[in-house]
Amino acid sequence: MSGRVLVGVKRVIDYAVKIRVKPDNSCVVTDGVKHSMNPFCEIAVEEAVKMKEKKLIKEVVVVSCGPQQAMETIRTALAMGADRGIHVEVTGKDYENLGPLQVSKIMAALAKKEDALLVILGKQAIDDDCNQTGQMTAALLDWPQGTFASELSMEGDKIKVVREIDGGLETIKINTPAVITADLRLNTPRYATLPNIMKAKKKKIANMKPADLGVDITSRLEVLRVDEPAQREAGVKVETVDDLIARLKEAGRI
Amino acid sequence: MATVGPLARIARLGSSICRNHRLSFNRSTQRRGIASCVDPSHGLTDEQKEFQKMAFDFATNEMAPHMSEWDQKEIFPVETMRKAAQLGFGGIYVQPEVGGSGLSRLDTSIIFEALSTGCVSTTAYISIHNMCAWMIDTFGNNEQRERFCPDLCLMDKFASYCLTEPGSGSDAASLLTTAQLKGDHYIVNGSKAFISGGGDTDVYIVMCRTGGKGPKGISCLVVEKGTPGLSFGKKEKKVGWNSQPTRAVIFEDCAVPVINRLGEEGQGFNMAMRGLNGGRINIASCSLGAAHASVQLARDHLLYLQFKLAEMATKLVASRLMVREAATALQENRSDAVSLCSMAKLFATDECFNICNDALQMHGGYGYLKDYAVQQFVRDIRVHQILEGTNEVMRMIISRNLLTES
Repeated sequence: MSGRVLVGVKRVIDYAVKIRVKPDNSCVVTDGVKHSMNPFCEIAVEEAVKMKEKKLIKEVVVVSCGPQQAMETIRTALAMGADRGIHVEVTGKDYENLGPLQVSKIMAALAKKEDALLVILGKQAIDDDCNQTGQMTAALLDWPQGTFASELSMEGDKIKVVREIDGGLETIKINTPAVITADLRLNTPRYATLPNIMKAKKKKIANMKPADLGVDITSRLEVLRVDEPAQREAGVKVETVDDLIARLKEAGRI
Repeated sequence: MATVGPLARIARLGSSICRNHRLSFNRSTQRRGIASCVDPSHGLTDEQKEFQKMAFDFATNEMAPHMSEWDQKEIFPVETMRKAAQLGFGGIYVQPEVGGSGLSRLDTSIIFEALSTGCVSTTAYISIHNMCAWMIDTFGNNEQRERFCPDLCLMDKFASYCLTEPGSGSDAASLLTTAQLKGDHYIVNGSKAFISGGGDTDVYIVMCRTGGKGPKGISCLVVEKGTPGLSFGKKEKKVGWNSQPTRAVIFEDCAVPVINRLGEEGQGFNMAMRGLNGGRINIASCSLGAAHASVQLARDHLLYLQFKLAEMATKLVASRLMVREAATALQENRSDAVSLCSMAKLFATDECFNICNDALQMHGGYGYLKDYAVQQFVRDIRVHQILEGTNEVMRMIISRNLLTES
């Protein structure tokens, strides 16, 4: 085993930005909008770097799929302590249609190519909220998956994962190699330090295309329309409780 | 967060008063909005954008939530500043071999501008600390650099810059604090006024008179806290800059070892002025940050104040361009560097104060309440037009340059 961890990072619209839909309802406005690393991806990078600092793994390789700007996100990860980056170039229409299935095919191909011990991803991206890439990657590789991880510990060649589930916490032990997806409470991502930002400049980022990995990124999905959530309508005042019941029945609520 | 409680109370008072309540939410979520003409990352290199992003994140998460409390309770946020130092903010333009980050003046300006959006007063102190660390790094010998700089860069020790006296502010060269050589010590007598950090800091960069009258008689000594004869006045009550204590620094037969003198006798005034060139860019950068934050806060009053906002945005960008140009000129040691630093300080501190003041006005009555951040920006940057050389002194420097034929 290489002791190598592959971390996927996605460049998304910054969480604090007010999202606007394009007038033609085709998609969300991204031009000139502030972007940053998906917060769950930051947590994934932090976990990998912590594992390296504890000498549990040897190398952290960070991957991002997208146009030229994806390099910024990779650099941020390098400044946090990742060792090298891989930029899988996807541009234009291909990028607009890039979804979890294609990304998971790319991640699976890279996991095999890099002989990865672990693939760590954020549990979901805050733009599409798909929560699929980790699971699909594991399925394509036929590897175990520890999703919604809030705690990780290596135990020999197995990995113990505490998962956040609806009913509380579930602890599982899975074989490596494995895919992990990071949940909110896994860790608190560090700030990059000024010296690390400068060191990051010297770290290598390899460039490749999906075709180089033998991956077909044709999308099977077509986005028909994007709308803002419906505006909240004014409420209606009623005079009596009977009125209220009648109105609720009318609206089919009871 | 301090702003949410009172505004919930205000919100319940009735719809007519509710109109402005979104402002605090904006401040508390640090709305970065859709990138616009005032985005401070325009024109920066990728690396500078990384520094800036990191500084903004630090300001948003570690400083902004406490800015009001630090102001109201007059807390000197040592732990937060130490966290900042661990990220490399303790000696931004100090050489790496003594623990600094070795960045340029422009990088520094960008960082202070970003940090200032979290708390002007604390960032301004960090910039003063940086100026002191730089002076030792630049003018000290290797022994002095190794003795002081590593601790300063990590903020294990804090520094203060002591030039102004009760009797000499703008006329700094007329300072009266004396340092008489006796064997291997200088005996220092006199007092310094308005010293930022005074009493709470560990290392004092003191300009004092070792020779005759005027600038050529001034030397620069590093005085450490705990030296017998070093004492402090009462903590001043100020309108702003409340997260840093300001006190008089008093020397009564204070014996300072000769090995603590930076450079040669008579070079002190020159060192002080060179320190201030950079200091002025830093202070102007802090004003930029405050103005930027204030413009963001005022943005939601777009209705009938669009044109006012446009003017504010224009002046902010103009100020930023001046400051960054001055930083580049200083870094490159250009012949116009000193004038540019003075112009940038004059222009940016004046314009940014007006921007913050206008932003306060746009908030209406709410702008006057301490529950809202905009008043703290106004109070904190008001002093930037006064210290590190009053804006009148800046005019003097510029006119002297203009009227001297070369």
